[in-house]
Amino acid sequence: MSEVKYLATRAGYGQGLLDAGAAHEDLVVLEGDLGNATGTAAFGKAYPERYIEAGIAEQNEVGMAAGLAAAGWKPFMTSFAIFTAGRACEIVRNAVGFNHLNVKLVGSHCGITPAKDGGTHMCIEDIAWMKAIPEMVVVNPCDYNQTRLMVEKLYEYDGFAYMRTSREPVRVITSMEDDIEIGKAQILREGKDLTIASTGIMTTFVMEVAEKLASEGIEATVLNYHTIKPLDTETLLKHVTETGNLLTVEEHNIYGGFGESCTSALFGKVSGIKYDYVAVEDRFGETGDRQSLYPEFGLDNETIYRKAKALVK
Amino acid sequence: MEHQFEEWKKLAREMRKKTLMMVSKANSGHPGGALSCVEILITLFEHEMRLYDGPDDPRRDKFVFSKGHAVPSFYAYLIEKGYFREEEMDTFRQKGSRLQGHPIKEVCPFNDFNPGSLGQGVSAATGMALGYKMKKTGHRVYVLIGDGESDEGIVWEAASAAAHYHLDNLTYIVDKNGVQLDGKTEDIMNLGDLKKRYEAIGFLADEVNGHDFGELLEAFSHHEEGKPHVIIAHTVKGKGVSYMEGNYKWHGKAPDAELLAQALKELEEA
Repeated sequence: MSEVKYLATRAGYGQGLLDAGAAHEDLVVLEGDLGNATGTAAFGKAYPERYIEAGIAEQNEVGMAAGLAAAGWKPFMTSFAIFTAGRACEIVRNAVGFNHLNVKLVGSHCGITPAKDGGTHMCIEDIAWMKAIPEMVVVNPCDYNQTRLMVEKLYEYDGFAYMRTSREPVRVITSMEDDIEIGKAQILREGKDLTIASTGIMTTFVMEVAEKLASEGIEATVLNYHTIKPLDTETLLKHVTETGNLLTVEEHNIYGGFGESCTSALFGKVSGIKYDYVAVEDRFGETGDRQSLYPEFGLDNETIYRKAKALVK
Repeated sequence: MEHQFEEWKKLAREMRKKTLMMVSKANSGHPGGALSCVEILITLFEHEMRLYDGPDDPRRDKFVFSKGHAVPSFYAYLIEKGYFREEEMDTFRQKGSRLQGHPIKEVCPFNDFNPGSLGQGVSAATGMALGYKMKKTGHRVYVLIGDGESDEGIVWEAASAAAHYHLDNLTYIVDKNGVQLDGKTEDIMNLGDLKKRYEAIGFLADEVNGHDFGELLEAFSHHEEGKPHVIIAHTVKGKGVSYMEGNYKWHGKAPDAELLAQALKELEEA
């Protein structure tokens, strides 16, 4: 067993940009004065001529990204999730989406992990905002390696897409050798008792819970949804049919999130299934450290464990 | 040039007539701001922009119609020039038409960005100009902006970026007709002295009569290395139709058959 590493997905994004930037001369990065927080600063040092500082003006940052794409560049527009997906939402919808431009939108500091900055900076609505836009692809990789790989996948994807990243260092559970595909769920483990579908960094916690459950004789399937839209319904349906239950796990509001995508995809296709959600239960955030806020918001390992156990009773 | 101006004046009259016919037939659309930007469109497309072999020529300059609701006069121009068929006029704002309520680049020649949501065309045009400058292709980018549209904050975010990145391949043209949907721009949201605002940001700024071809040509000929250019074109909302001129009620309203006939007569006799 190699040593356990804890790294943030925002750092994986930064490294992924360096990888893709070296390989592709038409990749440009737009930043809104948060480069040292979102992970793009290293790209700016390596490729200053392809690093566009938009200042603290996310709406124009998105609009300019659209213009750069129209001029033949492949832009990665970056800010905090609350600003990329929230403040600039309608610009994303019209300037990028309605214009069918090849812009990749990245929102870091998603979920409740910008903990010490408090509620204004915690984005628990970005999945809902972005998945509601027609044709928008939404990805949410689970760890450093997967985020790094996803940058190249996004570059190769000819269309517009949104990726959320996190500031929180989490255990690296995937490999740079993984063959990931946008729109295809990753099966991290298989078990007959329970299906857990998880997205983003929560998957790293879910794997810890799955190990604990296994020590008690409960075998869980863990599906890592690095892509939320388009949703891999086929994989979900197969495993949920086999286990007869589903726990969805996400660092997002319960309304409009990943869990809602899963249950609406299954609606009418299976019956007698027991469901539960791990998600933020429709409340704003507040200042605090991650260790105290995760239990407070029901996103901690203990809550995942408790809800998982209840489904297999 | 005087002979040229006479030709352009005839073209302007035809564009105004077709604009009104289209909006009246559709019983929907924005005649006021379409009539105010006719001479600006003619100067841009007949003189200023390098179009080479037409809409599909990758070398040609780029155009963003950011005040996209005013598109009927642009459609009228494209009909006059043979890019749309005369009979397509009757399909304006109808299902399946190439003449959508706001221009769509997938079906409308020379329309390099799908506008509609105000201010976003200014931002995208600024990004385009930056993109072409980074590629050193020599493309110039022109964006037509409304004065009401200039209420939008993104216009000023984009303007800052245009000056910051020294986009001297970028021209903003503000169709300053002084009227927006709910009333006079100075009553809705007074933006102060636009020329001074743009100069303070770092633009080369001109202020002209936007119905005077000579003044427009003169302004378009100006250029300063390292600076984006703005032309603030003073125009009359609803220009050429007595009951529409300067009247906010004709921002987004279609004339009925009787008022259309009166307007066409006025334009013919002018």
